[in-house]
This record gives sequence, C-alpha cells and structure tokens, in this order.
Amino acid sequence: MYVKLLSLFAAVVLVAACETAPSDTGAATGIGRTGLTTGNNGIGTSTGSVRPGSQDDLASLGGQGTGDRVFFQYDRADLTPEGRATLDRQAGWLRQYGQVTVTIEGHTDERGTREYNIGLGNSRATAVRNYLTALGIDANRVAVISYGKERPAVLGDSDQTWSQNRRGVTLVN
Amino acid sequence: MTANHNIDAGRWVAAILALALLIFAAPASAELHIDITRGVVEPIPIAVTNFYGAGGTEAQMGQNIAKVVSADLERSGLFKPIDPAAFIQNPAALQALPRFADWRLLHTQGLVTGAVTREGDGRLRVEFRLWDVVVEQQLAGLTLFASPETWRRIAHKVADAVYKRITGEEGYFDTRIVYIAETGAATARIKRLAIMDQDGENHQFLTNDRTLVLTPRFSPTNQEITYLSYYGGKPRVFLFNIESGRQEVVGDFPGMTFAPRFSPDGNTVIMSFSTGSNSNIHALNLRTRGVTQITNGPSIDTSPSYSPDGKRIVFESDRGGTQQLYIMNADGSGLQRISFGQGRYGGPVWSPRGDLIAFTRLSGGKFAIGVIRPDGTGERTLVESHHAEGPTWAPNGRVLMFFRETASADGKGRVARLYSVNLSGGNERRVPTPVDGSDPAWSPLIP
Repeated sequence: MYVKLLSLFAAVVLVAACETAPSDTGAATGIGRTGLTTGNNGIGTSTGSVRPGSQDDLASLGGQGTGDRVFFQYDRADLTPEGRATLDRQAGWLRQYGQVTVTIEGHTDERGTREYNIGLGNSRATAVRNYLTALGIDANRVAVISYGKERPAVLGDSDQTWSQNRRGVTLVN
Repeated sequence: MTANHNIDAGRWVAAILALALLIFAAPASAELHIDITRGVVEPIPIAVTNFYGAGGTEAQMGQNIAKVVSADLERSGLFKPIDPAAFIQNPAALQALPRFADWRLLHTQGLVTGAVTREGDGRLRVEFRLWDVVVEQQLAGLTLFASPETWRRIAHKVADAVYKRITGEEGYFDTRIVYIAETGAATARIKRLAIMDQDGENHQFLTNDRTLVLTPRFSPTNQEITYLSYYGGKPRVFLFNIESGRQEVVGDFPGMTFAPRFSPDGNTVIMSFSTGSNSNIHALNLRTRGVTQITNGPSIDTSPSYSPDGKRIVFESDRGGTQQLYIMNADGSGLQRISFGQGRYGGPVWSPRGDLIAFTRLSGGKFAIGVIRPDGTGERTLVESHHAEGPTWAPNGRVLMFFRETASADGKGRVARLYSVNLSGGNERRVPTPVDGSDPAWSPLIP
C-alpha cells in the first residue's frame, strides 16, 4: 500500500503547483543561466562577433570577460570600489540598451550554512540592484534572485576559488 | 500475553495504534535495561530469531522480518545481535518456550521470538515476544495484522517495541527520511526531493530533475513536507502532499521566501521573507494564509525552529556582526542570544524533547554539528568535519541525522552523504542513498 501510494507520485509529481509559471526550465534550475555561460572566466574573451546588447557584450565590459559580475568580501554584502566601478559601466550599458531587462543573481562561497547563504546571496543581489537603480536604471528592469551556495562558478577550497564564487552576476533576460 | 493491533491494508497512515498499548510482563526485571542518557553505552547482546512460519512463504517472511529487526537494533549502537549461526533452538521449538539455560550459554541477555501466519483475508498476522533470558521472563509482546507488502513496517514496529522496552524511550525505526537527492556537476547540481524509510529502503524520488529544491522538512501532523523550490525561477516555500503528490506554493509574496519549518501543531509554517536586502522571520497560518512578521531588522534572520510547546522560536541572525543563535518568544518578544562560543552558528533545530537545540557551527575553516541547551549552557560538539551540516532529530530526540560533503575521488567534484549519529556523538553511521544526499529531515513516528 505504502508502496502503491508512492508509485502514484510519479504520476502526479508533474502536476506541480497551483500557479501558472510560464516555464520550468532555464532559470528554474539555473543551469546555463548562472553566469557560467560567460565562463572560462573570460580567458580568450570573444572579440568582434559579440552581439550588441547581449550577455557576452555585457561581460566584455570588464577585463577578462567579468564585466557582468561583481565580487564580494567574505560574509559581506557591501560593494567594493572595484564592484562599484563595474556597476558604473553596467549602468552606462543598460542606458545604451534601454530595452534590455536583467536579473541579478546573488551567490556565496561554500563556507556558511545553506539557508544563511540564501539570505546572504539575496543581500548581495539587492546591493547590486540598489546601486544600479540609484544610478537611474528603472527598478522594473532589474530583478534579483539568490542561489546562495548552490551554483558555484568554480570548484575548490582555496581563497582564490571562494573569491570567484562570492559574486553578483547581472544576467540579460 | 499479547496486545492486538491492526494495520488496515488500504491505509497505512492510519495503521497501528500506539505501542503504549503493549502489555508488559514484570517490569521488575532490572537486568535488561540500557540507560541511553549515559555517554558511552556497552551494546546489549540480543538474539533475534527467525519468526516461525508453518508454510514456506510465512517462514521466508519470518526470516525477512527478523533480519530487519536485527539490523535496526544493531544500527542503534545499543544492541549487539548475536550471530544466528550460534542459535541452539529453532523457530518451531521456540514457539513452546525458550530453553533459557541454553540461550544463556550464548551470553545473550535478550531473545526475540515470533511467528507469522496468513489470515483468511490475505493479511499477515505477526506475533512477537521479547524475553529476558537471565530472569526467564517475557518482557514484551505484540501482535500485528498487516498486508504482506508492509512487512518492513511490521519489522520496524517490532524493533521499536524492543527499543522502548529496554531503553524506556520511544523508538524511531518506523519513520521515514525526506532529503535532497543530488546528481550532476558541482557547479550545476541537480537536486530532487526524495523519501525513504529510515534505513534507506523503499526509496522514491518525489520531484523531477528540472527544478532546484532545497531544505525539506516534515509536518509533525500530516503527510506533508515544506521545502524551498526554485519553480519558475522564483525561490519560494512550497508544500508537498506525500499522499497526493500535489505541490503548492504557500503564498505569492513580493520577495523570496525560504528556510521553512512547521510549527509543532502543523498549522503554521515559519520561514524567512526577503525584505529588500534583509531577511526577516514570518509565520504563515496555513488555514487563513495570514502572515505575521516576527523579526524586523537590518539583518539576515533565518532558520527558525519552534520549541515543541510552540511558545518559543530559535533562529540564527547576523544582527550582532556574525551568524549566532537567538531565542525569542513566538511573538518576537524576549529576544536572547544563546551562542557565545568560537565561530559562527547556524541552522538551529529544537529537539522534539525540548531539552536541546542542534546546530551547525563554522570555526577555523571547519564545520561541526553540536547541541546546546536553550539557555545557552552545555554546548557540546558531536561531529567535526571539513563540511558537515544540517542536523535533524529522530522523533525521540536521541539520534540525529546530518549530511557531510567531501571531495570526490577524482578531485573534480563533491560527494554528499547522509549520516546518523547518537546524541552522545558516538555510533556514527552512513545512511544509504542511491545517489548523493543532503538536507535530511526525519519524520515523526508513522501513525
């Protein structure tokens, strides 16, 4: 019976949620939308063929293709001077491409409990959003999401990898 | 002497009545008792014999049940099952009376016997007795009726009865674990809800691989789970009904909702709401869907957990600069910090007994699972590890489960595994899962 009941799950699991979210792919899992797409962390930034207004175009604003992201200190959600400089460039870009909307993903390194890191990722993403809107970008163009420590950009247990994972990534929707 | 109970074949949730109905023989036999409140316990030797069955299928079932009972008791760390090869009386002969003098030669103290018969309606009738071979007395007895496919639950009930009779504490074997099953690359982990018996059997995936889900917790009263889902690209708290498979968002709020946990009466889900760059604790009444904000400050307040009487809440907050544990009344008044040790404290979970709070601590680059009293005294570390996190309590408050992450063999990824550990910090055991596992949550005893 218990077994029978459980076998029912397979059938009904797909009947997810009493809501009408348009899509359960991409952003839901975060695969391919976590800022990893600009990947290689920028080694060999593409040149020439970048489509204006695209994610690659945004990423190319910064050295090594990291123009789409800012990095944070350990357990901090306030922007660094370098981060503010990156966001200044992003704001200019967003003014240039006024039709583009973005989602700011907040990420943490692995040091920290899962739930705290979700809160910390939210604080980081919100710090990015607040900075961009303070520069005049319409708040309706900038959404936030926190992945906490669920989507590290790189794997490893060193200050170097952790510092790459503590990030706010601006993703073109 | 036995008490009769009935597992309704169609509705396992309404299964067996409380074990409190057990009728015990002579409670005076002091020899066979374990005080599990002591730190290190010498396991009690016990002989779990195959339950007698007159026919082939009944005998096979009797053997299967004995195996599960023995495995449950062994895994608790409190019992040392004796190798059946040494047994000197067969299941049929044991139906009369154990030859106690012979069993004593095996240096066993406890003896479990039983019988399986098939009723006219196809149900199994399972009888069991626990004997103290030193004082030659029956300590416990129980008769269960159940449909054959629930035989594992019968075995767990028998193990629970043995555990209870000998430790004086409720057992925890007839329980389930919901957890997050993990597959895929570390940078793009696929996470699904999964459920299994406490020993890893009857494993089922509950959600598909398209939506990131995290931090499931059992309802104390219903066959329901609350968890965080990224469904539709929005991190929000959901409910999952185990019987129907229905998933439902608890409410549509402007920001993210996360870190859910049920109140002890099952009527409320307490969780964090993101409010701008802050996270504050809110309680959502599941009947009215009304929301009460409980904390309000420029900080990350999360991982709330009610005391068993529902009057207080423990949570973590970085309001003092780093993550620490705080206790407040359920309405948010009477706030007190309780953690003052080295490092950062997170993920507090109040024991179902009320006496302790389990937590995850980070200090010196290491994770630890520990417990602390609600008044902030008596802090104790149970497990220290490169990465151990997410404790959950067995319903009797004597055993915890948690997960541990280690580097994979090729160094390119992570391995996540579930473990149980006794409250003493001893008897750490791997809990088997078909794929990687994290975020375990222990169910109450199945009714």
